[in-house]
Amino acid sequence: MTAIPTLVSGPHTHSRFNVSRTMMAVMMCLSPATGFGLLHFGWPAVFLFLVTIAAALVFEVLCLALAGKPILRFATDGSAVLTGWIVALTLPPWAPWWVGVTGAGIAIVIGKHVFGGLGQNLFNPAMVARAMLLVALPVQMTTWVTPIIGGPVGTDFRQALAITFGGETGIDAVSSASTLSHVKSQLDAGQPMQAILADMGSLHDQFFGFVPGSLGEISAFLLLLGGVGLILLRVITVVIPLSVLGSVAVLSGAAWLIAPDQFPPPQFHLVSGSLMFCAFFIATDYVTSPVTGLGKMIYGIGIGSLIFVIRSWGAFPEGVAFAVLLMNACTPLIDDYVRPRIFGRTRAGKPIELRETP
Amino acid sequence: MSILPFAGRFDPARLFAFKGGVHPETRKFLSAECEIEDMPIPALIRVPLQQHIGVEAEAIVERGDTVLKGQLIGKARGPVSANIHAPTSGQVIAVGHFTAPHPSGLPVPTITIRPDGRDEWGPRLPRLHPESAAPEQIAAQVAEAGIVGMGGATFPASVKLNLRAKYDLHTLVINAAECEPYLTCDDRLMRERAEEIADGAGIMARALGVKDIIVAIEANKPQAIQAMQRHKIALGYKMRIKTVPTQYPMGSEKHLVKTLTGRETPARALTAELGIVVHNAATAHAVHLAVRYGEPSISRVVTVSGRGVARPANVRALIGTPVADLIAHCGGLVEEPDRLLMGGPMMGQPIRNPRVPIVKGSGGILALTAEETREKDVMPCIRCGLCVQVCPMGLTPFELNTRVEAGDLDGAAKVGLLDCINCGCCSFTCPSNRPLVQTIQYAKGKLAERDSRKHQQDQAKRLAEARTARLEAIAEAKRAAMAKRKAEMAAKKKREAEAAQVVAEAVEATSRKEAAK
Repeated sequence: MTAIPTLVSGPHTHSRFNVSRTMMAVMMCLSPATGFGLLHFGWPAVFLFLVTIAAALVFEVLCLALAGKPILRFATDGSAVLTGWIVALTLPPWAPWWVGVTGAGIAIVIGKHVFGGLGQNLFNPAMVARAMLLVALPVQMTTWVTPIIGGPVGTDFRQALAITFGGETGIDAVSSASTLSHVKSQLDAGQPMQAILADMGSLHDQFFGFVPGSLGEISAFLLLLGGVGLILLRVITVVIPLSVLGSVAVLSGAAWLIAPDQFPPPQFHLVSGSLMFCAFFIATDYVTSPVTGLGKMIYGIGIGSLIFVIRSWGAFPEGVAFAVLLMNACTPLIDDYVRPRIFGRTRAGKPIELRETP
Repeated sequence: MSILPFAGRFDPARLFAFKGGVHPETRKFLSAECEIEDMPIPALIRVPLQQHIGVEAEAIVERGDTVLKGQLIGKARGPVSANIHAPTSGQVIAVGHFTAPHPSGLPVPTITIRPDGRDEWGPRLPRLHPESAAPEQIAAQVAEAGIVGMGGATFPASVKLNLRAKYDLHTLVINAAECEPYLTCDDRLMRERAEEIADGAGIMARALGVKDIIVAIEANKPQAIQAMQRHKIALGYKMRIKTVPTQYPMGSEKHLVKTLTGRETPARALTAELGIVVHNAATAHAVHLAVRYGEPSISRVVTVSGRGVARPANVRALIGTPVADLIAHCGGLVEEPDRLLMGGPMMGQPIRNPRVPIVKGSGGILALTAEETREKDVMPCIRCGLCVQVCPMGLTPFELNTRVEAGDLDGAAKVGLLDCINCGCCSFTCPSNRPLVQTIQYAKGKLAERDSRKHQQDQAKRLAEARTARLEAIAEAKRAAMAKRKAEMAAKKKREAEAAQVVAEAVEATSRKEAAK
C-alpha cells in the first residue's frame, strides 16, 4: 500500500450537482416556450435563434482567449449558450441576423466578460443586451409579426433566408404591434381602457401565446410550465417568481380598482409572456440576484413594482429589462443588509439571551 | 445520476429539523448488516499519548517494560486530559514519537507495544455499583478509565460528567444520530449491545444528576431504534427514544439539541447552559464497561468501508491497531483508493500513512474510490446561494470565501467566520465545487495564528516595558542613594568645618585673653 498524497480536508464527497447541470436544467425548462416560438414564427426565427447562440459562443471563446482562461472548460459549461438563448428569446422573431449577433456580443462581452466572466457580472447579461438594443435600435426591436402557424407568408425557406440574412425587413402584412405597445399607443390616443381591451384578442390567446411578441415570450403558459419545472428541479426557489408576479398583480389590481379606464386589469399583466419570462428565467439568474430568502423577496417585489411603474407611466411599452437592471444594481446592497441569522445569535450578531429554564 | 440530487427532500421521513443541512448519499448499506467482529491482536500496537482534546498524557512506562492488558501506561496531565491504558499484554518496545493519525502527519508521543499474544489482564479498576455510588465516584471512575467522547470530538467524558457543579442540568442526550455517511459503528453497537448502552446512559445520568434521558437516533436506523426501544429502562430511568430526521449534520451537538427541544444554544456557549449534556452512544457503552467491569477504554468499534475495501465490516479493534492491519483484516484494498480517511467522508481526516494507529475517536476507516470522492475541477462562484441555504449555522459561506480570498480576515470574522462548525455542507453542495469550508478553516487558522502572534508581541512588549521600568527604578534608586550620600558628606564636612571654627575661635579667644593678661 502506498501513501496517498492528498492533504485535503473534508468533505471528501460531493452532491454531484454542478454548474453545467444547472444550465442544462434551465435550457430544458426553456425548451417548450422556445419550441412554440420557433414553430409559430417559422424559419426566420430558427435562423435568428441559431445565429444568436452561435455568436454568443464565438464571443465567449474570444473573451476567454483574451483573458487567458481555459477555453474548453469554461466555454462548455453551458452558460454562454444559455445567455445567447435568452437573448434570442427576447428579440423580435424576424429581426435581421446582425441584431442577434449584436445582442449576443453586448451580452457576452459587455454584460459578462468586462466584469470578469462567469459569476462576476453585476447586471444580467441578456437584459443588458435587450436594454441597449431597445435604445439603439428602436425600429428593429419593435417590429413584431403575428404568429402564423404553418402560415402562408414568410415561412418559405428561401424567403426566410432573405428576411434573416438578406436585409428584407419583413412583410408589411404581418407586422403588428405587441399587445403592450398597442395598449400604450391607444391610451395615448385617448381611448378608454375598456374599448381598447374589447378591441384586442382574448386573454386566453394572450396566455397561450397566439399574439405578436418576442421570439420566446409569447406563450405565458409554456413559460409558466418551464418555470414550475425549474422549481421542481430545485434550480430556483419559489420566492422570486412569486414576489415578482405577486407585486405586479397587487399593484395593477389596486390601480385598476381605482381607475379602471386608465389601467388594464391585473390579469392582462399576468398573461403577458415577458412578465412570466422575467419572473421565472430572468429575475432568478443566480449571479445577479440576492442569495437569501428575504433578500430575494425584496428584490422580486422591487422588480414587480418597477415593471408595473414602467409599463404604466414609462416611455417604453415593456419594462422588464429596465426593472431587472435597476434591481440588479441593488443586489449587493440587499445582500449586505439582509443576512441570515447566525445560529445561536440574534439578528444583531449578539449571542442569544437564555430565557428562564422552563 | 439524475439532476435531482435533492429529490430526497420529499421523503416525509426526512423533514427538516433545523435550518440548512444536506442529504448526502449515506452508503451505510455497505456495512450496516455486518455484525461486529473482533479483530485478532495485531503484531504491533502503537498507542499515541494524545488521543483526546487537551493536554497529552505522560508516559509512565519505559522501553523494555512488560505491560498487562488494561494497565495504565499514560497518565492524564491537568484537568483536561485522559489516561491511556495498554490495549493488550506485551512488551513496550519504544516510547518515542510516531506519525499522528492526522493529515499533518506530524509525530506525536507514542508508546509502541509488541503484544505477547496472551492478552492477559492486569488488575482491573475496582467495580462500582452505580445504584449506590456517588456522582463524583462515577465521574472519577470514568476519568480513571480514560474515556473520551467517542463520536470523534474526543473530549474527556469525565469533564463533561462534572458539569453538574457549574450548571443546572436536567437532561442527558445520547447522541446516536450517526449522521456521517458510511459509518455504521454506533448503529451496530445499538443493535447488538442496546442493553449495555442503556445501562451506560443510566450511569451517566446518575453522575450528572439529571432526571431525563433522550436517545436520539436518525430515522435511517430502524433496527437500532427498535433495539433501544426494547431496553429503554435502565437504573430506574425511563429513556425516551427519539427518531430524528436523517439530515447531516444532525450529530452536531447544538443542532441535535435544537431538533429535540426546539431550543438554540447561544453562540460560544455549551448546551449545558440549557441544562442538557450530550454524550455519544459508544461513550455510554464504554462507561458501562468501565463502571460495571472496571475495564478502561482500550478498544472500540470501527467501521471499515468504502468501495475501495474488499469486505466492508464493523470491527472491534484495539486502540493502537494500525490502519493497514484493519484494512488487511477486511480483505485488503480492491483498488488504489482516491482517498484514505479516518472518520466519515464529511468531516473525516485524510491519512497519508496507512501505518498510523486508530485512536479512541476513530469511528471509521474509509477507502474511497475516485468515483466516490469529489471532482477536482473548481469553477467560479455563480452566487447560486446553495451554500447559504444549506449552512446549518446561518452563515454566508460564499461571501466568507470571497473575503478570505481577498485577504479580508477581519471582515470575514465580522460576518461570522468563527461561528463555522466545519461541517462541510457548503463544500458538499457547491455546484462549482469550490473549497468553501476548506478556505474558512484556513482563515480560522490564520486568524488564530495572528492572534497568538499578536498576543506574543504584546507579551514581549509588556515584558520589555517592565524591564525598562525596573532598570529605571534601579537607576533612580542608585541616583537617590548617591545624592543622599553626597548630602551626608556635605553635611558632615560642614559640621566638621563648624567644629573647627569653634575650636579656632576658642583658641583665639584664649590666646587673646592670655595676651591681655
